[in-house]
Amino acid sequence: MADSQDQELHGVVGYFTDVDGIKNASRKIRDAGFQRWDTYTPFPVHGIDGEMGIKPTILPWIVLGMGLTGMGVGLLLQWYTNAYDYVFEISGKPDWSLPANIPVAFETTIAFSAFTTFFGMLALNKLPHLSNPLHKLERFKRVTDDRFALCIEATDPAFHAERVRTLLAGANAEFVEDCPRDTSRAALPMWFHGMAALLTCLTFIPLAVAFKGRFATSDKPRYHVWPDMDWQRKRKTQTEWNTGLFEDNRAMRLPVAGTIPLGELRDDYEFYYGVAQGSIAPPPVSKTEVDDSGVAYQWLDGYPTAVVVDEALLERGRQRYNINCSMCHGVRGNGLGSVALRADKIGAQETGWVAPKSLLEDSAENYSNGELFHIASHGVSSMYGYASSVTTQDRWAIVSYVRALQATQGIDRLPDDVGPAQPAPRPEDFRVSDSSR
Amino acid sequence: MSSQDPAAFGGPSFGDEDPRQRPLLVDGEHEDFASVTQAVSGIPEVELQKTNKAWIACFMVSLGLLGVLGAMLAHLILTGVGVWGNNNPVYWGWPIVNFVFWVGIGHAGTLISAVLFLTRQNWRTAVNRAAEAMTIFAVVCAGMFPGVHIGRVWVAYWLFPLPNQMAMWPNFRSPLLWDVFAVSTYASVSLVFWYMGMIPDLATLRDRASNTARKIGYGIFSLGWTGSSRHWHRYERAYLLLAALATPLVLSVHSVVSFDFATSQVPGWHTTIFPPYFVAGAIFSGFAMVLTLMVPARQFFGLKHIITMKHIDVMCRILMATGLLVGYAYAIEFFIAWYGGVQYESFAFVNRAFGNYAWAYWIMVSCNVIFPQLFWSQKMRRNLWVVMLISITTNIGMWFERFVITVTSLSRDFLPSSWGYFSPTWVDMLMFLGSFGLFFTLFLLFLRFLPTVAMAEVKSVMPQAHGAHGNETHGHGAHDETPALPAGGAQTAPAQRHES
Repeated sequence: MADSQDQELHGVVGYFTDVDGIKNASRKIRDAGFQRWDTYTPFPVHGIDGEMGIKPTILPWIVLGMGLTGMGVGLLLQWYTNAYDYVFEISGKPDWSLPANIPVAFETTIAFSAFTTFFGMLALNKLPHLSNPLHKLERFKRVTDDRFALCIEATDPAFHAERVRTLLAGANAEFVEDCPRDTSRAALPMWFHGMAALLTCLTFIPLAVAFKGRFATSDKPRYHVWPDMDWQRKRKTQTEWNTGLFEDNRAMRLPVAGTIPLGELRDDYEFYYGVAQGSIAPPPVSKTEVDDSGVAYQWLDGYPTAVVVDEALLERGRQRYNINCSMCHGVRGNGLGSVALRADKIGAQETGWVAPKSLLEDSAENYSNGELFHIASHGVSSMYGYASSVTTQDRWAIVSYVRALQATQGIDRLPDDVGPAQPAPRPEDFRVSDSSR
Repeated sequence: MSSQDPAAFGGPSFGDEDPRQRPLLVDGEHEDFASVTQAVSGIPEVELQKTNKAWIACFMVSLGLLGVLGAMLAHLILTGVGVWGNNNPVYWGWPIVNFVFWVGIGHAGTLISAVLFLTRQNWRTAVNRAAEAMTIFAVVCAGMFPGVHIGRVWVAYWLFPLPNQMAMWPNFRSPLLWDVFAVSTYASVSLVFWYMGMIPDLATLRDRASNTARKIGYGIFSLGWTGSSRHWHRYERAYLLLAALATPLVLSVHSVVSFDFATSQVPGWHTTIFPPYFVAGAIFSGFAMVLTLMVPARQFFGLKHIITMKHIDVMCRILMATGLLVGYAYAIEFFIAWYGGVQYESFAFVNRAFGNYAWAYWIMVSCNVIFPQLFWSQKMRRNLWVVMLISITTNIGMWFERFVITVTSLSRDFLPSSWGYFSPTWVDMLMFLGSFGLFFTLFLLFLRFLPTVAMAEVKSVMPQAHGAHGNETHGHGAHDETPALPAGGAQTAPAQRHES
């Protein structure tokens, strides 16, 4: 049993000069039945594990577990980001295809395993452990150089200082000394405290700035760290330009009085406005507003004389329609375009989305060509106009193609004697990607 | 000597030498643990005022180049990527060439540490620390180039799958994103591997430290390491695990880099040989860089007895072997281009060798395939000037390999109407030069302040580490009469004792 003097001891250390010495001593100490003891060597001495009776570490199993976790996390990350939350639709490929996800899963497996190996090793070794009493011994410092030490700790049930000293000396130790349980700390130099205090204070500055930015108000514009292309050497429309170059100080110049820019002569009312030549031209506002104005416009029923309706025009119309219109109105004009289906899927109606109209409905069929042209140009209710992105000629081509769709696609309205009526397609009949649910 | 002596069969006798013994890994008759400690720890312990003049000169030059890099980066970021020569059709110019070049160099360190550890090549202990350091610094240089190549560096975090206000995620089917994962995993795992290997040696420096700054610095980073055998047991197991993890990792990294090219359809890139070809090239360039760095370092810092001529010799042989692998890959690319019968591929390779970048192609072939053949001669492997020269030309050749792959294919793709010729700008050139400043600044700091050689590992392969050798004066442990083979010899544990 430990005596009162032993209470002050961390342990007794014996020093050896070579590998054989430490190995022989280890065997003796183990055979003497000690449990809380260890050997300290400048490099891993092979075979000493057996002499000391060290059991194999469980580290590899921990690493295996974390490696598998890493693989799972890697796969889950990719599945969640690319197959569930934000689906990449590329060339009709499946949302989730494993081969492309192997490299990243591999890397996360390795990363998790490697970090677990390192931090697991440190944790099992209880490192960092900077206040070890052994470090206080001057002679112990040679253990990281060329000496081999064996320390039997005072907490060992079989510990008895005198007996241990004799035992170590008997094992041919070069030197035997006591290691006091001195837990007093060496004073750190003042500059270290100063630096630590300074660094601690400095770390609060970014946080303080962030908090100020979050909670304080300011009449100055926010600080622009990266200019991107926000300031360019140009003048924007409707802005002032005080150079004295122009009397009116406008950045934007007006056309010379009494002139019309090339291609902007709109004297063909049928072609440009969809109304009879010589009648009142409608303003460039949506059809809804035009109707609300109460003015009776003489909408064109046929086509302008400048437009020749032939197969080429219909073909052009189909192409332009599919590019510009089909994503809402559907390639068949039934109002089931990809945007419409998606909006239905995500329940956009609840937030104000108005479903696009089926062009096969009577109300759409009953519009005159001039009205359809005006809608294609300037929109109606929530539909936006396409005058700025589709040329006048192409808008007439689209009108002709819509007429062709209305003449051919009304299968849900076939007379009864032709056969059983086909139900009109509904949004639910279409597959829509699961993305951004 | 034994019944297996050839003299018994009428051959020349071995005499007193045991042919199973390989040359010692540490030169010198009287080397012991303390002298190894002294030789290696002595380098960081030199007082600042007494620093080697050659080191100071090199460091000043490196710092200057680092300044050039800083200026070029500032110019680039403030102006835009237009300051480079990258332009239609060669959008991947020097930045990507430099990236692949540096990543390739970063392969030898982990290869030496991990693969040679797993294959029990004990000679690695003398050079692995420096090679690992080289790896990390090379990966730092490599990571910089794609980082700034994205144009708007302030949104570089878009590379990573972080939740953001755009509610978007990166595309995990793109090899460029695999690259982000591969290179960042490689950089961090290499750092862990390097640091973990250094902990026992940092403890040595801590225990020898004479001033407070060193005591605190090395004391914190050695984490209180005592050299406990129970710790060593877990440490060695962890090291083995890290080596086993780093081996497939090192092979994966350059494979993934090669996917950046191989998954595209550009003629000259779209080939299945790319992953092994890139990995071989990476090892080749990495070993060249290790030689370039270690030959002068052992000279300046008095490490000739630890990094011996044997080490140089082995590395020269590896250099030649990997050079032949790379040469084989060049030949097979041509063969497949012809055998595959795709006219664009055939054209791409004929154009590579005889088109308007033929000069670059033949620099590459000369430096990578022809010059290293000198190493067939032992005399050349022992001539340090030749070794230096060839290691440097190999570095040049490997840079040109990446240039040839990247630029020739892009400048001559399917449509003659989109052909062009790439010319670098002065910013391209200074930035590449500056990256050497970054690399050498870090490497010189490492040489000066950290344990350059893995002392604990070198000690563990010295004859004394196996005990019962009779080499030591204190022979009180010699119960075992089994003659131990010196380190570097067979793997049989020499001191297999049984309890009596």
